[in-house]
Amino acid sequence: MGLVARSLARGTANAFDRRFKAAGAVRRQASHVFPKHHSFFWGEFALYSFAVLVLSGVYLALFFVPDTTEVVYRGPFEPAQGLYMSRAYESVLALSFEVRAGLFVRQLHHWAALVFVAAMILHMARNYFTGAFRRPRELTWLGGVALLALGIFEGYLGYSMLDDLLSGLGVRIFSGLLLSVPLVGTWLHWLVFGGEFFGDIWISRFFVAHVFLVPGLLIALIGMHVGLVWFQKHTQFPGPGAREDTVVGERAMPGFASNTVANGVCVLAVLGLMAGIFQINPVFLWGPYVPSQVSTYIQPDFYAGFLIGGLRLWPRWEIHLGAYTVPAPFWVGLVLPLVMFALLAAYPFLERFSTGDRAAHQVLQRPRDNPTRTGIGAMGLVFWGILFLSGATDVLAASFDVPFELLVWAGRIGLLVLPPLAYVVVRRICVGLQRADRDVLERGVRTGVLQARPDGVYVEVRRPPGGADRQGRPIPLEYGGARVDHRPATSPEPVGEEPR
Amino acid sequence: MTRRLRHGLLVLAALVALGGAYALLVPAPQTAGAQPGQAQIDQGRALYERACISCHGANLQGAPGRGPGLVGVGDAAVYFQVSTGRMPLARAEDRGYRKVPAPEFDPDTDQGRANLAALGAYIEATGGGPEVPAETGPELIGSDVAHGGELYRLNCASCHQFTGRGGILGAGRYPPRLDVATPEQMYTAMLSGPMAMPVFGDKQLTPEEKKDIIAYVLSVRGRNQAPGGFTLGELGPTTEGLVAFVVGLVALIGVAAWIGARS
Repeated sequence: MGLVARSLARGTANAFDRRFKAAGAVRRQASHVFPKHHSFFWGEFALYSFAVLVLSGVYLALFFVPDTTEVVYRGPFEPAQGLYMSRAYESVLALSFEVRAGLFVRQLHHWAALVFVAAMILHMARNYFTGAFRRPRELTWLGGVALLALGIFEGYLGYSMLDDLLSGLGVRIFSGLLLSVPLVGTWLHWLVFGGEFFGDIWISRFFVAHVFLVPGLLIALIGMHVGLVWFQKHTQFPGPGAREDTVVGERAMPGFASNTVANGVCVLAVLGLMAGIFQINPVFLWGPYVPSQVSTYIQPDFYAGFLIGGLRLWPRWEIHLGAYTVPAPFWVGLVLPLVMFALLAAYPFLERFSTGDRAAHQVLQRPRDNPTRTGIGAMGLVFWGILFLSGATDVLAASFDVPFELLVWAGRIGLLVLPPLAYVVVRRICVGLQRADRDVLERGVRTGVLQARPDGVYVEVRRPPGGADRQGRPIPLEYGGARVDHRPATSPEPVGEEPR
Repeated sequence: MTRRLRHGLLVLAALVALGGAYALLVPAPQTAGAQPGQAQIDQGRALYERACISCHGANLQGAPGRGPGLVGVGDAAVYFQVSTGRMPLARAEDRGYRKVPAPEFDPDTDQGRANLAALGAYIEATGGGPEVPAETGPELIGSDVAHGGELYRLNCASCHQFTGRGGILGAGRYPPRLDVATPEQMYTAMLSGPMAMPVFGDKQLTPEEKKDIIAYVLSVRGRNQAPGGFTLGELGPTTEGLVAFVVGLVALIGVAAWIGARS
């Protein structure tokens, strides 16, 4: 059996090699070395979630009908019996209740979308705080920023086109934001909706964008992103032998390949379990979109939470210029996210400009080793986090019995006060951690053992990792950017005393 | 003689017809089905003077700074406020949210129902106002759930959420969750418009429409419509986002720590 399989494999491989002369290239690529660290698998969460999204999305597209035509529901879901609704919403109800595995696949698709964006944020944070975006990887970073923005937009399109009451309110907000753009707002609105809100062609447009345009862009960008990682090599954390000019890790085959396949299978498993256990976006309970109806607890999916949070916090500052009005939502609904993404995209260049560091970097930094960058990152995350939490002020107010107005003011003040505070605190923590590392390397690991000096002073016995010289003074070690072991030594070796 | 007799009979017939028509056509006086006996009203007055009078004043006239007058609130308001435990307040500074009703007004006991009826009869007899419907329990649950749902989303969801999970108003006030409200309580709430809630009289929502709304709430609340698994409180994307991070992302980080562990 094994013999047959082996000869079959050899025959196939030889056949390929004779036709494509692939052996050399395959050997070279299979020997590609990947540094190993658990956080290097985080970006793959997004990659495999995206694969799940594409596959489940194809199944859903077989049954979803992107049509605004009004129909009367006659399906099995009793609370909607006889209601007027769009063909699109009806097809979602049919998908949920009449198609085999339809509800499961829909929930899988939605959970995968949330995890996709969440994993991108996590992955981006890892790359940011370790300085992975530095030369020569600026293009990879830019691709990642574009993927995040497109991923959010893609999620919003998919969430909206079901035409339920929850998402319909989000479409109304989108329409309002388009209208708020000075001078060209009305034109933009007409461009997207083909008329006034909400017309009868928007679902088919959202659908084409959701299943064709944006996924196409996403696939192209993911290809570029992953291709760049492959050809520019992955960055690595400093460690024994891991330097700017050498790589320590596992080969692509079989080490890295088996790891990444295992990771992909686990992503599928986690998403499948979530889809089977937790109900997500029960659109059949929200009802069809009717402009005169509304509910409490109207939120977008989490990735758009920072946008809605901004809209809730921003004061009603309208600008009147003669006959023109610039409505308040324009600044916070469109300008603020654009500025946030522009800063994110520009960060590698801003850092290079301000530090003058033009060198190529293959080795990552620990977050503590660049306190300014880490502080700025914390500042950005706190800013985003406050906007994000403010998007759920209503649920928070009701859940924790805090007046809604208090939360709005807490958000407004927090947005101005907390990010700079986070910068100062995090920067100081980084400096402290650096000093602690240097302390161990220069004076030794703490042992917890006290020693009485002849003059009656008690000092803690240290064990210097670099050993001690003949006079009993610790030999300081240079900090190499790698983790320093702070654990107290178990068998204290007093400084200067020769081991017996 | 015969002519006079004939005229007399004609007048008599006309009078009988007029009286009969009057009896048939003039509406019956607006009273509850069961005429409240004076004994019941007296019992209600006794209850009122024990449990309510300190804030709502003698003769339902209210007490300045303590509580509103109750003239015109009707026994629908009495039933809703007292059977849900909102009234009497436990402390003067309470905001009047639902709590376990006082034992003497517990709608699950015969004694409590009798006391509620007596208190209502006293309020109704003294001040008038919207009345508790004659039907109870299953009779208040309509048959057209979908129509009820549409009316619910139009009239109720803007405060009580799609499936009755509650919401917020300004100034620290919360529309209640509808998880445990009985059909009688929902019906009397619509009739009486407690706190910030508008009154939905029988001209805004007919009794049939109210019953359909009640049927809808009962059909979707709690875990009654959860084909997809745990409902996560059915609070919408807020709890879903929390689960995406706390369950999904945390599980995946654990997976990566396992796969990426140095072997």
